[in-house]
Amino acid sequence: MRPRQKLSAFGTLMRRFSPILTLPIVGCAGIQSTLEPAGEEARLVAILLWVMTGAGAVIWLGVVALLLYATGRRRKVHGERESARLILWGGAVFPAVALVLLLAYALWLMPGLRPFVQPADDAMRIEVTGKQFWWDVIYHLPEGGSVASANEIRLPVGERVELELKSSDVIHSFWIPALGGKMDMIPGRTNRLSLLAIKPGIFRAPCAEYCGTSHALMAFSAVAMEPDGFRQWLTERTQPSATVAEAGSALFLRHGCGACHTVAGTGAAGKVGPDLSHVGSRETIGAGILANTEENIARFIAEPDRIKPNSHMPPFDMLPEDDIRAIAAWLKGLQ
Amino acid sequence: MRIIPRQVETFWTLFTGPIVWALHFLLCYVGAAIFCAKPDMFGVSFEAVRMAIAGITVVALAAIAFSAFLAWRQWGFGSDDPPHDDPTRRDRILFQGFATLLLSGLSFIAVIYVALPVLFVSECLR
Repeated sequence: MRPRQKLSAFGTLMRRFSPILTLPIVGCAGIQSTLEPAGEEARLVAILLWVMTGAGAVIWLGVVALLLYATGRRRKVHGERESARLILWGGAVFPAVALVLLLAYALWLMPGLRPFVQPADDAMRIEVTGKQFWWDVIYHLPEGGSVASANEIRLPVGERVELELKSSDVIHSFWIPALGGKMDMIPGRTNRLSLLAIKPGIFRAPCAEYCGTSHALMAFSAVAMEPDGFRQWLTERTQPSATVAEAGSALFLRHGCGACHTVAGTGAAGKVGPDLSHVGSRETIGAGILANTEENIARFIAEPDRIKPNSHMPPFDMLPEDDIRAIAAWLKGLQ
Repeated sequence: MRIIPRQVETFWTLFTGPIVWALHFLLCYVGAAIFCAKPDMFGVSFEAVRMAIAGITVVALAAIAFSAFLAWRQWGFGSDDPPHDDPTRRDRILFQGFATLLLSGLSFIAVIYVALPVLFVSECLR
C-alpha cells in the first residue's frame, strides 16, 4: 500500500502546483518569445538554448545517478586505482572535453549572430533612436530619400536588414525576442545590428535596458512582411497620408501639436515627439502599450502622464473634449 | 649549462601555470581589443592577429607543459600516492609538486579555451 500512497501524495502535489509550474511555459509562447523564433538569429539562439539545456540535463542526470550510486546502501568497495581512474576521466577529462565541444559550438554560431560583413550598398538601413520612452525610426532607402516612422519597425521576410542603433538620452537596449538582438543603444555611439526575418508576423519588442520611470512601458511592434507587401507599404509611406487635409489637421496645428510632432503634408514638423504622419496604421499607441483605437489616442492626448509616467509629453486635458476627439479621429485616419 | 633547471624548493613555482594563463589571457584580449579599436595603428590584417594569437598560444602551452614536467619531477614522477599530508619535508615537496601539476593541467585547458574564439571569429565587429 505504501508506494501507492506516496504516488497519490505526489499526484496531489502536482495537481495543486501544476498551474504555477505551467505559468512560465505559458509565457514562452506568442509575440514576445525567443522560443518561437521568426528570425535567423533568434532561431540559432533557440537551437543553442536547447543544445545547452539538453547537454546540461544529460550531465546532471549522470551526476545524480553517480550520487545515488555512491550513497546506495549496497555499496561495492572499489580499489584506489580504479577510483583514481574514475576521477581522472570523469572528473577532469570528460568535463574539459564536454566544455570544449559546447564552447566550440557556441563560438561557431557567433559570426552568424553578428554578421561581420560590410552591408551591401543597395541594402536598406533602418536608423532607430531610443528616446525616453519611445523609438524614433527612419528608413534610409537604397535609392536615396528616407521615410520617418516611430514605435514600429517593418522588415521584409527573407532579406537582411541593417539597423543603426542610437540613443539621444540614456542607454536603451534594442531587442526583438522573436527575431534577434539584443543590442544596447548608447548615447553618442552607433551600434549596428543586422536581422533576417524568416517568417512573417507581428512581434513585440520591449526596451531591454532600464531607462527610467516608464521603461516597462517602452516597446515597439516589429512587423515582418512579405517583400512585395513591404515595398508597397514603404512606397506608400513616402507620400503624406491621403486624409491629411481633413478637418482635424487645423485643430492639430492650432493647439500646437506641431511643435513636437511631424505630420507630413501639414505644417507640423516638430522633432521632439514621434512622427505621426501615418500613425493610424500602426499597431499600437504610446510605444507598444495601447491598442491603436480612436478612444486610446484621445486618452493619450488628454493624459499621457497617467498612461506613461514621466513621459515628456504634457497632458492636454485642458483642450475641449470635442477637439480632442476630432484630433484623435483625424490621427486614426492617417493610414 | 643545464637545459632542465635543477630542482628548487620555493612556493613561487606553484603559480607558473596560472601566471602564464593570465599573461596569455591579457595578451589575447587586450591585443584584439586594441587592434579592433585602432586597426590603422598596426597596419596588419585581422588574419595576422589570429596568427599572432596562435603563436603566443603555442608558446604559452609549451611553457605550461614545461612547468608541468618540472612539477611532475618534483612529485617524484608519481612515486607516492596522495594525500601527502605527513608533517615531513618530503611530503611537503611532493604535495607542492602534485598541486603544481594539477594547476598546470587547469591552466593548459584554460589557455586553450581563451584562444578558441579566434578559431571561429575572423573579423572585428563593425
